[in-house]
Amino acid sequence: MATTLSSIQAPVSTICAFSQRPHCPTGTQSLLFVSKPSNYVIFAKTSYSFKPSKIRPITALRATPSSSPPTTFHGQCYVLGDNIDTDQIIPAEHLTLVPSKPDEYKKLGSFAFSGLPTSLYPIPFIQPGTDSTQYPIIIAGANFGCGSSREHAPVALGAAGVRAVVAESYARIFFRNSVATGEVYPIELEHEGVNKQCTTGDIVTVDLDRNVFINHTKGKEFVLKPIGDAGPVIDAGGIFAYARKTGMISSMV
Amino acid sequence: MAPAQPSRAPATTGSVKHGMTMTEKILAKSSDKSKLEPGENIWVNIDVLMTHDVCGPGTIGIFKKEFGKNAKVWDKEKIVIIPDHYIFTSDERANRNVDIIRDFALEQNIKYFYDIKDLSNFKVNPDYKGVCHVALAQEGHCRPGEVLLGTDSHTCNAGAFGQFATGIGNTDAGFVMGTGKLLLKVPPTMRFVLDGEMPHYLLAKDLILQIIGEITVAGATYKSMEFVGSTVESLNMEERMTLCNMVVEAGGKNGVVPPDETTFKYLEGKTSVNYEPVYSDESAKFISEYRFDVSKLEPVVAKPHSPDNRALARECKDVKIDRVYIGSCTGGKTEDFMAAAKVFLASGKKVKVPTFLVPATQKVWIDLYSLPVPGSGGKTCSQIFEEAGCDTPASPSCGACLGGPRDTYARMNEPMVCVSTTNRNFPGRMGHKEGQIYLASPYTAAASALTGYVTDPREFL
Repeated sequence: MATTLSSIQAPVSTICAFSQRPHCPTGTQSLLFVSKPSNYVIFAKTSYSFKPSKIRPITALRATPSSSPPTTFHGQCYVLGDNIDTDQIIPAEHLTLVPSKPDEYKKLGSFAFSGLPTSLYPIPFIQPGTDSTQYPIIIAGANFGCGSSREHAPVALGAAGVRAVVAESYARIFFRNSVATGEVYPIELEHEGVNKQCTTGDIVTVDLDRNVFINHTKGKEFVLKPIGDAGPVIDAGGIFAYARKTGMISSMV
Repeated sequence: MAPAQPSRAPATTGSVKHGMTMTEKILAKSSDKSKLEPGENIWVNIDVLMTHDVCGPGTIGIFKKEFGKNAKVWDKEKIVIIPDHYIFTSDERANRNVDIIRDFALEQNIKYFYDIKDLSNFKVNPDYKGVCHVALAQEGHCRPGEVLLGTDSHTCNAGAFGQFATGIGNTDAGFVMGTGKLLLKVPPTMRFVLDGEMPHYLLAKDLILQIIGEITVAGATYKSMEFVGSTVESLNMEERMTLCNMVVEAGGKNGVVPPDETTFKYLEGKTSVNYEPVYSDESAKFISEYRFDVSKLEPVVAKPHSPDNRALARECKDVKIDRVYIGSCTGGKTEDFMAAAKVFLASGKKVKVPTFLVPATQKVWIDLYSLPVPGSGGKTCSQIFEEAGCDTPASPSCGACLGGPRDTYARMNEPMVCVSTTNRNFPGRMGHKEGQIYLASPYTAAASALTGYVTDPREFL
């Protein structure tokens, strides 16, 4: 899969289009596959063929901040335990990569979860020789993202192709960074022990309209918690969009 | 213990059902509200924003993207930029990142930028400080009643000064850079009452490891941790910092210690900014309260691989170790080294394993080479360390606390067992994924270095 990434700041929330759009802000032929509310958007040119597991929500391209965040995520899941800390998500030696630089953003993605002990997690999150993951959804236990405040953590996951994390609970800085960047959608489960009922590779769907998480492979459904206070910020498109929407800062020049 | 406070007329407080905690009061003051409740989301005015070489470049990138490449920061005197993480390395990107924050500091005319250019000799860089959290304190940027945010999880360290201090990511920091404000949720406060005379073999690190072991790594998530009691009052500022430093390891949003004479004395001559201490009301509501009789506590460690994996040091005496690391914002301050020196002095013997010493800042390094250790007949820490066979104190920085680039001094590049005065021991924290890290106080770390096993410092003290 040949992909080049260029990052551009554009006040759009959910966009997913698979053809040339004349009013696309970059004016280029692009495949846009950012399906997340974000104050910045990644445009990618790619020539890979779609498999069902890589389908992302499709909504119309908008040129202004929209209040319709994604409602479903679908694909293979990668299952983790409790207390997955930021050093396991992105080891500190890779923090020299600056997330706001597009080429380094991509490199960060290639190191996502490289800190996981292989004895506990023998299946690599990213196949050797590739730089993105086949698992767009993470299932985890309690206190996901504990440890450092490094924004490189949710960024690495987003850059690797993760769309949503479904966890029992989150550490606060990781949750906040996920919401602020829009890199991954941080979703909470209503009940404990869901990760123990899932296996890496299971095909799953996260449905935010019905607040359910469906494991198709295991034939089970689990309840999700509503997004809560972070909702207005995510809906607006991140902290900057929210601040503009509520008049806290004036619109971008 | 409540200090005298001017009473507030009812008209100014409205119908207050109950008083506010320190954290609530600080946030109320900083958001121009007369009162608020935990759970409220409020826009807070920020007094100080700190960033360093690891998160600074990303923060700057976001600031320029969102506010424009010619935008100016909200207040060039309220941003403190401190290179400290990956400094003494040949890693090109790490070196480049220091250049990025320097360029920005110059472009924006940032008043407080603690620059380093000559990596071969930290001493010839007069502005260079070292570890950000210790530098913030030493340079007088931590003041009671204020709001301090930093792009580092251990920013909670500054709560020792009775202020609201917490860690944030690049995007939030980029927002603060442009506006001087941030949307924050008011946390409820957990109160930790520490009473009793501090035994001579315990340090603040033992107290916080005890607490984290009690409430677990998620026990304080989204909450404020307030530390009060006679023991806390007896702690000096560096020990109070150690206590607040590891609040994040329990998931805490921030930690606070009520400011008192110890605080005010420390700040004398360090800052000319006026500050206004606040204190929890008598009628404040706390979400929970934990009481400890400190006189009954024993030295503890956090075993691999979690800061809440608490065990008594003496119960780990059969754990053979490969090295000892004394450093970081948590355990690399002057008082930490003094404590380690005390143990080496009491023993008079040499260490049995490589013992790495990384002073947090230039000031700490100077203290190691100049301040006499009590009871040593005028010897400095550095002399005692040399006699004990420790490594020479290294250039001040975050060092190997978080691994870092491969050539970082004291990085764990093979699986080994290390007793460390640092703050985290998750897998791979100091470098190698199979490394085993025992978090401990400087007393316990020094004692362990002398025996080659995890050792209770009462063996020597």
